[in-house]
Amino acid sequence: MHVALAQLVTGLSISAVLLLIALGLTFTFGQMRVINMAHGEFIMAGAYTAYMLQGPLGHQSLLVALPVAFVVAGAIGLVLERLLIRRLYGRPLDTLLVTWGVSLILQQVARDLFGAPNVEVRAPTWLDGGVDVGGITIGANRLFIMAIVVVSVTAIWFYLTRSPQGRRTRAVVENRQLAACSGISTTTVDQRTFFIGSGLAGVAGVGITLLGSVGPTLGSNYLIDAFLVVVVGGLGHLRGAVLAAIGLGLLRAYVEYWSHASIARVVVFLAIVAFLQARPQGLFVLKTRSLQ
Amino acid sequence: MLTVSGIDVAYGRSRVLFDVSLEIPDRALVCVMGRNGVGKTTLLHALMGLLPCGSGRVTFDGSDITGWRPERRVKAGIGYVPQGHEVFGQLTVWENLQVAWEVSTAAKASAIDDALDLFPRLRPLLKRRAGFLSGGQQQQLSIARALVGQPRLLLLDEPTEGIQPSIILEIEAAIVGLHRDGLSILLVEQYLDFAIRLADQYVILDAGEVARAGPASELGEPAVRQLLSL
Repeated sequence: MHVALAQLVTGLSISAVLLLIALGLTFTFGQMRVINMAHGEFIMAGAYTAYMLQGPLGHQSLLVALPVAFVVAGAIGLVLERLLIRRLYGRPLDTLLVTWGVSLILQQVARDLFGAPNVEVRAPTWLDGGVDVGGITIGANRLFIMAIVVVSVTAIWFYLTRSPQGRRTRAVVENRQLAACSGISTTTVDQRTFFIGSGLAGVAGVGITLLGSVGPTLGSNYLIDAFLVVVVGGLGHLRGAVLAAIGLGLLRAYVEYWSHASIARVVVFLAIVAFLQARPQGLFVLKTRSLQ
Repeated sequence: MLTVSGIDVAYGRSRVLFDVSLEIPDRALVCVMGRNGVGKTTLLHALMGLLPCGSGRVTFDGSDITGWRPERRVKAGIGYVPQGHEVFGQLTVWENLQVAWEVSTAAKASAIDDALDLFPRLRPLLKRRAGFLSGGQQQQLSIARALVGQPRLLLLDEPTEGIQPSIILEIEAAIVGLHRDGLSILLVEQYLDFAIRLADQYVILDAGEVARAGPASELGEPAVRQLLSL
């Protein structure tokens, strides 16, 4: 029982990290269908933002880094969307290749600015230790990541369902032509959506600094996991992404306990392949009375 | 109000409209008719800016809107109800109306209520996802969404297509009311009787060209019926 509970906590912790890195992609890939291979570099930009701020701000830097990283990564994403991606809408292969090139350029820029070796972001002292739950200690850093995820998911949900801008985003995602003919500026919606998606990647980058060192390839290491969560959840479905992250995180944690990390990864991939064979549209899909 | 002067429209290299000209006077209801595939929907797409005009120009209230994006045309006062009762299926009925109202600079506070007064059938369905409405209810919602922006010209693309008869009567009554209140309307329609009851003027397209145009009183003439028969 104790083992099952311990793995449940570990699984939820992994789920939180998976969801954190996938949240931004639910916007740019899930909502806009843009396969952005440079998404990982927005995570990296967020992580380096935390690194830059820890000098002047000390132990409070992490809290400040969250909104700053959102803006920094969002701004980089916005520039990328304006300069390149908007010219490539509807051309997924071209977008994939171009953003992959941008990804390599951004990694090299990071090497030039911060050096090739990884750097450390010191966790603030208030994140030392952990919390004991039923004899299982959960690290404060893991709890902090879970808190970031809960706040981010709640904020996105409110944005999409309760704000005029969110309604416009959902309208454009569903039917771009009809949205334009209803008076919605699709260009503005594209820019805003890309800014938020990239900004969320920056927030993820700050969270990930609590789990390890920061290097130029930090984000690309997480990119595949992020895509898997979004695809398994169903493109553009926040609820699907949450459930997919929890499912994949728990599966990995339990298989890891009975075998080891590499086997767990293989099992997760096989499970995803089997799942997508049965349900290629992911966990959630648009349901209407139409036949499409 | 709207003047179309010699427009050509093509899908890639395939030309669909050839030198089409027509006029929609202020407060008039003009019906565009023709057999399937003659370019009626293409004409509306071009008027909304969804397709570029290869040549010619479109003016609205004296402004040349030929190169304008669709959302700019909507803000200028053109409402559009596309063919096939298109709605935002993931959004609720209320959200479908609200999203159009929020982006409109001209709409007054009561615009959503006014649109719902026209189609009271939608009132109890406001919290339902639009994708789960019947075809007739979706068509009413589609018209209501276009009206929420309080357009001065409404483009309607076959609003009765595939709709149950009782709702066709409600839609007809709504169009008659809007026309009576002074809204200019361009109606694409296949059913001759429906057009005869509603229109002030007609335009018949044939093979992408204007084959005939005139007052609606001519619509019963054999020569006109000949152009519309299969």
